[in-house]
Amino acid sequence: MNRRDTIKTMFIGGIGSSLVLTSCMQEQETAVADLQKGDVLHYGRTPQEEARDERLLSSNFFTDDEMETITILSDIIMPADDQSGSATDAEVPAFIEFISKDMPEHQTPLKGGIMWLNHESNRRFNKVFNSLGKDDQLTIIDDIAYPEEVKPEYEQGATFFSRVRNLVTTGYFTSKIGIEYLGYKGNIPNAWDGVPQDVLDKHNMAYDENMLKNSIKMEERGEIMDWSNYKV
Amino acid sequence: MSFQIKEQSKKYDICIVGSGAGGGMAAHILSQQGFKIALMEAGPNFDPANEEQRTQLRWPYESPRRGASTTRPFGDFDMAYGGWNLEGEPYTQKNQTQFDWFRSRMLGGRTNHWGRISLRFGPLDFKRRDFDGKGDNWPIGYDDVKPYYDKVDQMIGVFGTRENIPNEPDGYFLPPPKPRLHELYLKQATGKVNIPMIPSRLSILTKTVNKKRGACFYCSQCSRSCSIYADFSSSSVLVNPAMETGNVDLYVNAMVRQVLTNGEGEATGVSYINKDDMQEYEIKAKVVILAASACSSARILLNSKSAQHPNGLANSSDIVGKYLHDSTGSSRMGIIPSLMDRKRYNEDGVGGMHMYTPWWLNDNKNLGFTRGYHIEYWGGMGMPAYGFGFNVDKLNGRFPGKNGETKKAGGYGQEYKEDVSRFYGSTVGMAGRGESIPRKENYCEIDPHTVDKFGIPVLRFNYEWSSEEQKQAQHMNDTFEEIITSMGGIPLGEKPGKEQNYGLENPGRIIHEVGTTRMGDDPRTSVVNTYNQAHDVDNVFVMDGGAFVSQADKNPTWTILALAWRASDYLTKELKNRSI
Repeated sequence: MNRRDTIKTMFIGGIGSSLVLTSCMQEQETAVADLQKGDVLHYGRTPQEEARDERLLSSNFFTDDEMETITILSDIIMPADDQSGSATDAEVPAFIEFISKDMPEHQTPLKGGIMWLNHESNRRFNKVFNSLGKDDQLTIIDDIAYPEEVKPEYEQGATFFSRVRNLVTTGYFTSKIGIEYLGYKGNIPNAWDGVPQDVLDKHNMAYDENMLKNSIKMEERGEIMDWSNYKV
Repeated sequence: MSFQIKEQSKKYDICIVGSGAGGGMAAHILSQQGFKIALMEAGPNFDPANEEQRTQLRWPYESPRRGASTTRPFGDFDMAYGGWNLEGEPYTQKNQTQFDWFRSRMLGGRTNHWGRISLRFGPLDFKRRDFDGKGDNWPIGYDDVKPYYDKVDQMIGVFGTRENIPNEPDGYFLPPPKPRLHELYLKQATGKVNIPMIPSRLSILTKTVNKKRGACFYCSQCSRSCSIYADFSSSSVLVNPAMETGNVDLYVNAMVRQVLTNGEGEATGVSYINKDDMQEYEIKAKVVILAASACSSARILLNSKSAQHPNGLANSSDIVGKYLHDSTGSSRMGIIPSLMDRKRYNEDGVGGMHMYTPWWLNDNKNLGFTRGYHIEYWGGMGMPAYGFGFNVDKLNGRFPGKNGETKKAGGYGQEYKEDVSRFYGSTVGMAGRGESIPRKENYCEIDPHTVDKFGIPVLRFNYEWSSEEQKQAQHMNDTFEEIITSMGGIPLGEKPGKEQNYGLENPGRIIHEVGTTRMGDDPRTSVVNTYNQAHDVDNVFVMDGGAFVSQADKNPTWTILALAWRASDYLTKELKNRSI
């Protein structure tokens, strides 16, 4: 059953919807896959919003060299590991290109930060950052990646790197790859019947009698509320 | 090109301006009575079930900005077409004060994205002056409104529990959802410091109330407006059935300029700009109901000057626009180490908190301020969006890792990636929403110098908080720290002090602005009577938050709905008796 049919079923009946939900939860992958068909620009935009997105997507802010730097930094910050792909796999550089046009406050700090990085790289190695080997790149990064211990002469570089780290992190964890790595389980029709028992046990928590008595019973959620014996 | 105002030949019984909570309720009740209605909406048509408009169940990566708030103030997937700034529709400020005016232009208005917090005003909330000598009493009391709260509960649906708390009246409640893990922590923590916490009261259907609406499927996305109508929004729950009666003509993209009057000073209809062709049109009606939101309705009245109403319509008292007031708001976050490295499971739940704290200190006279606030909470393993993972360098140097060692803050690479994951779901936040004291000195008026892109004179605001609200915000922040600490947590960021106005949000930021056409028995000090009818003009009503005398610490929507239903019943009788 795909998502749209699920919603239709729930809408029409409500009757036995807990059963429908159970079966759909087991087919979660199908429903999720179905939702991922939505392409960029078709996510419920107004005509004005759609036009703005199109305008931003039709131009480039960063040069090819700058994009290469952003890509290198992205994968340094979020590398691939045995559990999940890298920032590049998650299309983080494309996100940074877009968000820089969407939020102009990123533009000067990012372009200027890349210039700072190249200046520092030239000073140390007589080469631009992109041309350095991985180890040389990391010697610079190590000087700017720890904002609480940074030397005064690298403060601006650290501010730049923190901004890039924020953007790479948010871009990664809002991607499909990043959400799967994170383990977010929601955004799917389901039935909330409280915290799983093993989690309650681990945290020494429990639902008290009132909570259990008053809360919605999952088997009753398809019913239409009957007020006949209800007293306020 | 000639610019000619185009008249409609059709004459309606009633013209309703605005399709949010008040206008939707009026349309629903009055269309059932057989009245012919023109329903005016300044924005486009909207239906959350329309695939082209739907944002529910979308993923952050469907948006190239990952849901960021660049074009919509609450993010790409929030269902309000509007915000604090609308292109071509400015408003201005007076005396270096600042009021932020949120407008949502769409069928259903702001009810499509609101928090669904559906609290009744209590007996005390209608008579606060009797209690603290400040502001004014409402001319009506809880018993006048209670029958309508009862009807609204049953027709629209709200979950909650019967708690028998004096100023937090119980209602017809659907069963609430069970608390999430962080809410159990909060319940335990607030209990230790004698702060109550009860199941929240939200207009979300844990069980349905009729066959046209589905039951909640727990995606936590009510702010995106529910495609199966399991939450309340005016368009889905009120306007849809009103349209089905066949008695309502809906005018969308219709920006109302003014109420039209005749030589006797009675209303004859409205004029509006059709946004599609930018031409001005007229609608004729026997009765005009303004429900355009408190400030928009005041603006329309003030812009409706005539020989009979030189100070604006219904404004012989000079009170239209005065007593503008919003809820107070302040917030804080904390991190709870025992919630780090959590087991993953789906805890989306309903949209918003499953438990909240109602105001608990009504009997304490020594606080330095006299009106209360409630506390809303958030936390848990929610869906990431733009901003997720920002400033992990402020956290990852503060807590020992799994090997017991504390690392340098910041970093990169696999360890840093794991750090982001560790902190997921370990922060909680809380916000106070408090009652401010309505004051005549806080107002909106027509700016004599400025028009919007439709040529309509715009509003100018003058609004300042008083020490009452500042002290209340200070108390909120003390309470937040007490709760976070009681949870074994660490408050994040700095506690706002006097220089930061104790974290008090600008007026208008909480989007509960009301009071601009307040009700009263005395036509010299109020705009409408106890049935939302203008003192000066029998056939003009205001059925939005403008009619509020004071707004309690309760979110206004449930009271707007109850009062609009009550006023619509009154209007029905008047029309059937031919008194209007």
